[in-house]
Amino acid sequence: MPRSEAEHRRWSYLIAGLLLIVLWQAMSFLLNSIALPTPLTVFYAVISGLKDDLLSHLLVSAARVGYGIALALSLAVPLGLISYKKGADKIITPFIYLLYPIPHIVLLPLIILLFGIGDLSKVILIAIIVFFQILVTTRDAARNISTNYIYSLLSLGATEKDVYEHVVFPACLPKILTALRISIGTAIAVLFFVESFATRKGLGFLIMDSWSRMDYPDLYAAIVAMALLGFCLYVMLERVEREVCAWVYV
Amino acid sequence: MRFMIEAKGISKVYQDGTEALREVCFEVPEGESCSIIGPSGCGKTSLLFIFSGILKPTSGKALIEGNEVVSPSRKVALILQDYGLFPWKTVYENVSLGLEFRGYGKKERQEIVLPLLDDLDLKDFANHYPKQLSGGMQQRVGFARALALNPEILVMDEPLSSLDALTRETLQNFLLSLWKHKGLTMLLVTHNIEEAVFLGREIIVLSPRPGRVVKIVKNHNVGEVNYRNTEDFFDKCREVRQSIEDGAT
Repeated sequence: MPRSEAEHRRWSYLIAGLLLIVLWQAMSFLLNSIALPTPLTVFYAVISGLKDDLLSHLLVSAARVGYGIALALSLAVPLGLISYKKGADKIITPFIYLLYPIPHIVLLPLIILLFGIGDLSKVILIAIIVFFQILVTTRDAARNISTNYIYSLLSLGATEKDVYEHVVFPACLPKILTALRISIGTAIAVLFFVESFATRKGLGFLIMDSWSRMDYPDLYAAIVAMALLGFCLYVMLERVEREVCAWVYV
Repeated sequence: MRFMIEAKGISKVYQDGTEALREVCFEVPEGESCSIIGPSGCGKTSLLFIFSGILKPTSGKALIEGNEVVSPSRKVALILQDYGLFPWKTVYENVSLGLEFRGYGKKERQEIVLPLLDDLDLKDFANHYPKQLSGGMQQRVGFARALALNPEILVMDEPLSSLDALTRETLQNFLLSLWKHKGLTMLLVTHNIEEAVFLGREIIVLSPRPGRVVKIVKNHNVGEVNYRNTEDFFDKCREVRQSIEDGAT
């Protein structure tokens, strides 16, 4: 990317951010309620929170989301990729059709029963939900790989392993990363849900706790931290995508 | 005479019942070129895939140097029309991939690929991705990838069909000189009558599906760029066109 374009992007982010802060300021002025403090108040709350334990809550949450996504990815991607074979796809498809439309969040009681109320069950619930989003996208991508690519590779003397390495995986990678980026929003929403009870750690807990204490600056500080977590993951993934899928962007 | 390529009564029926080829027989001597022409869907591509060892015939045999083809052969390089190149690999990676599969080391691959890219005027584009190149250049990369494997037989499936007329003629000339100077045996599937006549010492005319051999047109004067402008060339084109029409009825 040319330098000027990168600079342009940075500026547009900055302007959008400033505009949102101005809007927030206006809203809080108009509402004139302690339930919506001004950006500056929240900024101070974030700073003092960082001196306190906001950072440790943030790290716990980041770890839960990170492990959840990693677990989902490590299962969904291989399962999706083998769908490029018609036989495998025929076996996998009915399961996807039956299991995907269930709102997986309702499985929480079962997951707590199986994995306890600790971090494991939180990670697993995030993983299950993200798993389906990634699996469905990866499978669709794998099924639509042109057989010409496969024939072309086989005629060069490729083995079955080569087909995955040189065609199936690279062909699906842009779709996988897009699915992953979309999944971040979902993963963080689920994070809030699983952290809103049976734990004393994490941003979700912090939000519920400060809400019940009517400590609004702290509440918004936790929300800001959660938003930053999502934003960082999103930007990180976009970087990775530009790096490993350079061919899409040329 | 030694036959490089032989089709012995090849038939292909797909699992869904589609009959693509019926009892196709022909031979191509070593170092000769042969065009295969016929209406769309006449099983031309299936025939090439069979000779490339990617597809098995339902009955009959595909022979290369007298041996039945059962898997992709080192002697054969396949060139496809559009999707032959991998968009996620650079020009260099595309061309060197076959060598990688055959166990060549990094340095050996470089020694083969770089001069080849130079020959084909692609040297400055080694690190480009296919979509950054024009259609004609992309197809040259396809040729480079096939030639890197130092094949004895080039099997091509409508390699020039998506190119504009001028680029197409340039690449036809390129293929002609390749054939003449490298002693390759060529099997070219095309739906373009002029191309079939310009490049094939023999032109095999297939019928609509299921593909059968309608006629084999001998085309002895092939081999010069100038052939395109001769009366004989136009006569052959007429003959081939007539055979295609005869086969369709």
